Amino acid sequence: MDLTWPLLRQLTGKDRTGRGQAVKSAATEALRARTAGADRVVKSICPYCAVGCGQNVYVRDERVVQIEGDPDSPISRGRLCPKGAATLQLTTDSGRQRQALYRPPGATGWQAIDLATAMDMVADRIIATRRETWEQERDGRRTARTMGIASLGGATLDNEENYLIKKLLTSLGVVQIENQARVCHSSTVVGLGTSFGRGGATTFMQDLQHSDCVVIQGSNFAEAHPVGFQWVMEAKARGAVVIHVDPRFTRTSALADLHVPIRAGSDVAFLGAIINHVLENDLYFHEYVVNYTNAATILNEDYRDAEDGDGVFSGFDAAGHTYDDESWQYDGMQAAPASGDRDSDYQRRSGRVPPGRPEITGSAGIPMDGTPRRDETLRDPRCVMQVLRRHFARYTPEMVEQVCGVPRRLFEEVCRHLTENSGPDRTSEFVYAVGWTQHSDGSQFVRAASILQLLLGNIGRPGGGIQALRGHASIQGSSDIPTLFNLLPGYIPMPHAHEHERLHDFLRADAPHGGFWANMPAYLVSLLKAWWGDSARPDNDFRFDYLPRLTGSHSTYDTVMSQLAGGCKGYILLGENPAVGSANARMQRLGMAELDWLVVRDLNLIESATWWKDGPEIETGELATADIGTEVFFLPAAAHTEKSGSFTNTNRWLQWHHQAVEPAGDARSDLWFMYHLGRIIREKLAGSRDQKDAPVLELTWDYPVEGATAEPSAEAVLAEINGWDAQGRPLSGYAGLADDGSTACGCWIYCGVYAGGVNQAARRKPWTEQSWIAAEWAWAWPANRRILYNRASARPDGSPWSERKQLVWWDEPAQRWTGHDEPDVEAGKSPAYRPPPDARGVAALSGIDPFIMQADGKGWLFAPAGVVDGPLPTHYEPQDSPVANPLYGHQRNPARKLYPHADNRYHPSGDDPGASVFPYVVTTYRLTEHFTAGGMSRFTPYLSELQPEMFCEVSPGLAAERGLVHGDWATIITARNAIEARVMVTDRMPSLRLDGRVLHQIGLPFHFGPNGLAKGDAANELASISLDPNSHIQEVKALSADIRPGRRPRGPALRELVRSYQRRAGIGEHTGTEA
Amino acid sequence: MAFDLDEKLADGRVGFFTDTSVCIGCKACEVACKEWNAVPDDGMTFTGMSYDNTVGLGADTWRHVAFVEQRRPLGHQEPGVGDMDFRWLMASDVCKHCTHAACLDVCPTGSLFRTEYGTVVVQEDVCNGCGYCVPACPFGVIGKRETTGVAAKCTMCYDRLGAGEEPACAKTCPTDSIQFGDLDELRERAERRLEQLRAAGAGSARLYGHDPDDGVGGTGAFFLLLDEPEVYGLPPDPVVTTRDLPSMWRHVGVAALALLAGVAASAWRRQS
Repeated sequence: MDLTWPLLRQLTGKDRTGRGQAVKSAATEALRARTAGADRVVKSICPYCAVGCGQNVYVRDERVVQIEGDPDSPISRGRLCPKGAATLQLTTDSGRQRQALYRPPGATGWQAIDLATAMDMVADRIIATRRETWEQERDGRRTARTMGIASLGGATLDNEENYLIKKLLTSLGVVQIENQARVCHSSTVVGLGTSFGRGGATTFMQDLQHSDCVVIQGSNFAEAHPVGFQWVMEAKARGAVVIHVDPRFTRTSALADLHVPIRAGSDVAFLGAIINHVLENDLYFHEYVVNYTNAATILNEDYRDAEDGDGVFSGFDAAGHTYDDESWQYDGMQAAPASGDRDSDYQRRSGRVPPGRPEITGSAGIPMDGTPRRDETLRDPRCVMQVLRRHFARYTPEMVEQVCGVPRRLFEEVCRHLTENSGPDRTSEFVYAVGWTQHSDGSQFVRAASILQLLLGNIGRPGGGIQALRGHASIQGSSDIPTLFNLLPGYIPMPHAHEHERLHDFLRADAPHGGFWANMPAYLVSLLKAWWGDSARPDNDFRFDYLPRLTGSHSTYDTVMSQLAGGCKGYILLGENPAVGSANARMQRLGMAELDWLVVRDLNLIESATWWKDGPEIETGELATADIGTEVFFLPAAAHTEKSGSFTNTNRWLQWHHQAVEPAGDARSDLWFMYHLGRIIREKLAGSRDQKDAPVLELTWDYPVEGATAEPSAEAVLAEINGWDAQGRPLSGYAGLADDGSTACGCWIYCGVYAGGVNQAARRKPWTEQSWIAAEWAWAWPANRRILYNRASARPDGSPWSERKQLVWWDEPAQRWTGHDEPDVEAGKSPAYRPPPDARGVAALSGIDPFIMQADGKGWLFAPAGVVDGPLPTHYEPQDSPVANPLYGHQRNPARKLYPHADNRYHPSGDDPGASVFPYVVTTYRLTEHFTAGGMSRFTPYLSELQPEMFCEVSPGLAAERGLVHGDWATIITARNAIEARVMVTDRMPSLRLDGRVLHQIGLPFHFGPNGLAKGDAANELASISLDPNSHIQEVKALSADIRPGRRPRGPALRELVRSYQRRAGIGEHTGTEA
Repeated sequence: MAFDLDEKLADGRVGFFTDTSVCIGCKACEVACKEWNAVPDDGMTFTGMSYDNTVGLGADTWRHVAFVEQRRPLGHQEPGVGDMDFRWLMASDVCKHCTHAACLDVCPTGSLFRTEYGTVVVQEDVCNGCGYCVPACPFGVIGKRETTGVAAKCTMCYDRLGAGEEPACAKTCPTDSIQFGDLDELRERAERRLEQLRAAGAGSARLYGHDPDDGVGGTGAFFLLLDEPEVYGLPPDPVVTTRDLPSMWRHVGVAALALLAGVAASAWRRQS
């Protein structure tokens, strides 16, 4: 274009009306896409939910100028949800905190602090608190730990960061190490792990497209995982039926063929009735069930079902609220025996399975010994199939109407779709999220779906399986490399003080001869070698005694109780905001107010960092800033674009994100923080002869650092996680691990991610250049398998069930398993193989066993061990429920875990006096526009404007009953606290009819808090701490409450309102605590 | 017909086809648009209008997702919310990039112009903030940004098109509800999708803006809707507001001539 005057161009050119090229300005002419002018494009992964969308980060002049979807990613195909699309603002916005801050005890405000000084002070605090609270023994047993320090957070961080957190803090004797995985999906690990052998989703996102029927229940897929939902839409476009079972009509329901409204917390009754329907109408997949599940296995004759105990199984200790699972065992097979030195009193108190132990099923099933008896005719009255029939017989369509509020017609529709779309030629998939896990029997919700999918023959097959939708970028990773109190990397259990004095005892107890755990010595010894290097030798048990010992539950909720009681003095928050995100948020803050010191690492000044000056308790007068002695350090974190590392997505895919730019100001990665914290502590303790300092001084802690900030090399940490042999060569898989100390490996299930010295997690072959399995994109555990248990996609003889649903099959001429995916069976194990009677370990599994992590090789319809609150899912009401349990005399899960406390009162339920004071059901949830407790969304303008304020969703019926006005305010009250919210009256929140009454439900998004741009009261103020006994997850998906119009009171009147409700309902310390 | 009589949109005109039947209302389009174009936030106001808190298109919202809760059935869907029918419609609205664009017609500065892709774009450096374009738009799309005083609206990511990239909203859309491409090809695709939906029982499905014979000569951004346009806040029968300008000018001309003739006649009479 020439640069003459526009008028001249208009008169002389073609654009005579002057509305086209003639008027183009010089600036317009010079306009170029900033993506085109970038100096480099850095490959990254979205830091929000666990779908794991690919991102391209465009850098110009060492600044990130644009972030958008990576079109090569087989998961996301270049697409991003609003949060993913807002990552440019998340990471580069001027509002982000980049200055280290310090609040001295009693101070009313922050002061800037030099980062090096802050690090030094934090190291001093850790050393001092550790010394003051060191516990060498408890009750005469060696514990070698400190209960004075706790950490929380990790699911938003990289695997490498989680690894350093766990490694350093464990060496310091800290056992209270927890993260979001506890409060989000710990029930998944238990539910899926005991059923199938591994505690992760059985399939991967893209395979949803092959499903003939997708049942989304306990998940708001389209809203919480929008980019993953594209694969549901693909299935729908191919003719699949999409069903959404949910208390609310959500953006997921809007795209479903069938929406089934259900009372929050009643899913076991619903799923149990489908199981009953399948069994009674003989609709189960016979050949699959007989060969691949434990349906034929015969149970111990001492077993008594909940059917005979009015909701309680045999082995229940009413005083301790715990089960002894002895009577649930198979006839002829036993769960791994406890070691001989366990004291009987401890055993009686805690049952056979120690607290937190069910989660060892995260990567392999429950260890068992022996060979069970089977009756393949399924007629023996003690065989699992017959026990199942009896157990679920009372779960009828009438009961579904009464318990769930689901009309019979809708229930039967679901049954029809599911059963018509399951079988040799068709598959159905279940998708769930925290709508199932966050209950006082959440693990059993997941178990119920597992049983149903096994009966229908949908596990291990294309378009089948159970998809667990996790909600943080690496929440699967923070379970695999656990920042969790009860686990070591790879789901190896943390040793308990009572049982495991020596490595030998520990391995004898937990790694018996049969099944997969037989190889545990190699995994544990390799881990100890990775942590303590040359110091770990056979003659010193490879430093097994350097691991601190557990003495019960040390979950994040136990930590809060300990803070309130003055036991826990120091707290490190790493990308987690418990003041908003954990149950009974007020108690979280009251606990923090008792601390000596608190370290908060985050992108923004979240509520957990500022409660001491502007928290709700300051406003009510319960706390006064000047009286709060807690020292607070705020250390700004680096964003995902400012560090390298791997996230493990919800389908076990490890995806590497590369650093694009250096973090600004004091912002640092958590890898940097943990590494340098460890370095400083080790320098300060150097020369110490105190035996408690030996584990941290002898720790291998020599990672190479790079750049101006001395950032440790994340790839070096990944190499340690992967492991090496005696010559230092990277291992290619966990089969290469040895128990003699010749190999080191930081996490055995991740062994192979650095095979050949190549970062396999960074592989990025575009999806357009490979099959839908996308085996050359990133790396998945175990052994890069994408669909778990895929042996079950073939008949017992090794041929596919159908051409349409083929996945892996036995190649007879080649004598090998082959197919689209990496076969989940020993490659050369013929379908004809039958183990000799004396076979051990993996050799004890036959050629038809698809669940190779299970001791018996079968999918567990019935869980003879590993689930502490019953071998079969049983409907119990939530801890606080306005409905009486119509199925059993036992109202609630008899084995649930309670924390009675003046600040954690429970409600009367069902027909109890006072229950009518809290007549409505509250359920909490996410919105597309926000992220968990808001730390990564409420401070971001583009997300905040989309959902700027806390609201409650109510039906027109409830609005009329309580006089609630749309757009006005309402106050929601429980025995814990009261919150206010704007009122949204909507048909999307259907009122239910059950047992002759109308039941109203109240919907509350849980993201909001007082800080940031999008504000409001936190829904978690209302929830009690009442936990699933397996997973220690809190029940926040169903609780009872009252609602009334208007704003909540201010000042001391707020507590008075709550107390008045407690008085009206007659609430005391024992309310709701009965078995 | 419109003022731009000589407007011949070149072959290769590009556009948006927004298929609202697969929209999940996630608003990724709104955010991706703002990120790319550095559009400021539009205020933190809870509206109570279902999940819509950005209310409508304007200077600071170039993609806008409407949420419509209706007691009406959606095709074969079984909503299960009691005895009534129910559906929740979502639709992402955007500048229509009209064939006959009134904003362009009235712009006195040449700030608004027709690009080589057939789209309509505001040049911020040229705009003098007169605001004529704001009431001229039959869809209420364009607005004046308070902070800068100049007009602002969707550019269909003019700069990205030059780099061979699709617009940010279309690229990010998780379910491909927003599709970008050659306009003729999109129109064919939309017809096929419409047939498919109607066969599946969505009798109220329709296309909006696809027809070159409508009041704006067809739009460069058109939609598949599941109900009447009014339900989504779209005008049912948009007409380019400058449609009558040519005839108005003709009438003015005739009147002027008549006046002149009259003046001449009276002058002649006075003379004689």
